Amino acid sequence: MSDIEDRVRKIVVEHLNVEADKVTEKASFMDDLGADSLDQVELVMAFEEEFGVEIPDDAAESIQTFGDAVAFLSKATS
Amino acid sequence: MRLRRVVVTGLGIVSPLGVGHEVVWSNLLASKSGARRVDDFEVGDLPCQIACRIPLGSSEEGKFNPDDWMEPKEQRKVDPFIVFAMAASTQALRDSGFAAKTTEQQERTGVLIGSGIGGIGGINDAAITLKEKGPRRISPFFIPGRLINLASGYVSIEHGLKGPNHSVVTACSTGAHAIGDAARLIALDDADVMVAGGAESPVNRLSLAGFAACRALSTGFNDAPEKGSRPYDKDRDGFVMGEGAGVVVLEEYEHAKARGAHIYAEVVGYGLSGDAHHITAPAEDGNGGYRSMAAALKRAGLQASDIDYINAHGTSTPLGDEIELGAVTRLLGEHAPNVVMSSTKSAVGHLLGAAGAVEAIFSLMAIRDNIAPPTINLDNPSVETAINLAPHKPVEKTIDVALSNSFGFGGTNASLIFSRAD
Repeated sequence: MSDIEDRVRKIVVEHLNVEADKVTEKASFMDDLGADSLDQVELVMAFEEEFGVEIPDDAAESIQTFGDAVAFLSKATS
Repeated sequence: MRLRRVVVTGLGIVSPLGVGHEVVWSNLLASKSGARRVDDFEVGDLPCQIACRIPLGSSEEGKFNPDDWMEPKEQRKVDPFIVFAMAASTQALRDSGFAAKTTEQQERTGVLIGSGIGGIGGINDAAITLKEKGPRRISPFFIPGRLINLASGYVSIEHGLKGPNHSVVTACSTGAHAIGDAARLIALDDADVMVAGGAESPVNRLSLAGFAACRALSTGFNDAPEKGSRPYDKDRDGFVMGEGAGVVVLEEYEHAKARGAHIYAEVVGYGLSGDAHHITAPAEDGNGGYRSMAAALKRAGLQASDIDYINAHGTSTPLGDEIELGAVTRLLGEHAPNVVMSSTKSAVGHLLGAAGAVEAIFSLMAIRDNIAPPTINLDNPSVETAINLAPHKPVEKTIDVALSNSFGFGGTNASLIFSRAD
């Protein structure tokens, strides 16, 4: 779990240029971390690349927060 | 319709001779060259292995640190030409002392920055990604980070400029057309202030291969890069690619006067023409360039005998330089011995879509300081001319009127004339 969290946080920090401690479970990519709709698409692509999974568009739309992403990727890679 | 007067009040430049107009100008007058061997990607199989490169380093040293001009997060999304445009635009606005603060100022200030080939490097990379990894790996920033008009888009967002937002794509005439067209938007009362110029980031394998295939690049100076760009010299064998951006702040004359702005010069003439001859070669008789210069003089209400300095297109190609010189000679007639004409591409290389804007800035500095920058590497002129081509060293002379030429693939020609403002 913590490994997945670390990897997701690293991607978020790199792509959105935010401080790591701002990337909390409830932090929304768009509302709290300054992402726009294109950033959100690119984040999902980065998750796919890092974890070797395919995230369908409808699932991608449900990933709004850091916690959402960690939960989805934990399930997808388990 | 009565045309309003347009003046230049701010300069911004990112170039192989440095960052910032004072630094670049002093390096230019010191006859330095920005050319070097390309060492950041494979060039061993390319006929041309040299280019004029932007020096990386701290802004305080007059070098380029992209983080000073655009957030790293944003840089990652765009091709370098957009970062260069942001850097030059911010410099130009700072230099002008103008910031669009009120809603009216914002809506009366526009942006017109062009590029010749835009994000060709990023297009190359994305095509490889598409082939190797498939369409799902193409970034959502691929398109907006490569489109040429996104230089204008990013600059408008950064500075809150809501007036005309436009762009120009006319190959190597881009920068001159951008400044000329932007001046007309002010003259016709569509805006009071325009941030205008050109930006280019062409130094990559694909562009070097493409321009080499056109037989446009220098290939004989891979072991002596600084000697490669040598306009009018008998040993010239093609242009040396450059990179960077030039941006000026153009302003309606009364608007500039009212806020006590420093005025570099007035944009008095702008001429355009087409060769209708060949996609890459200029018409042999120089007719296109001649008509472009003549049209700019007509707009300015000046005679050829009023011209003090010409910043030539002069790319260092075997064909182009002499054709331009012929057209200028025809234009000047008996006035030829009184004129200095230099090609600053000898020092900064050919910045393609940014060339016309960077050279407009050099023309403006020439007026400011009454000094014509040199044509370096001009050891043995290939033709005899009465015009002083300023070989090796700058020439001090009174310069009240300067003309800057830009000619591009497709037979597209632009000439700008700047005059010391009263």
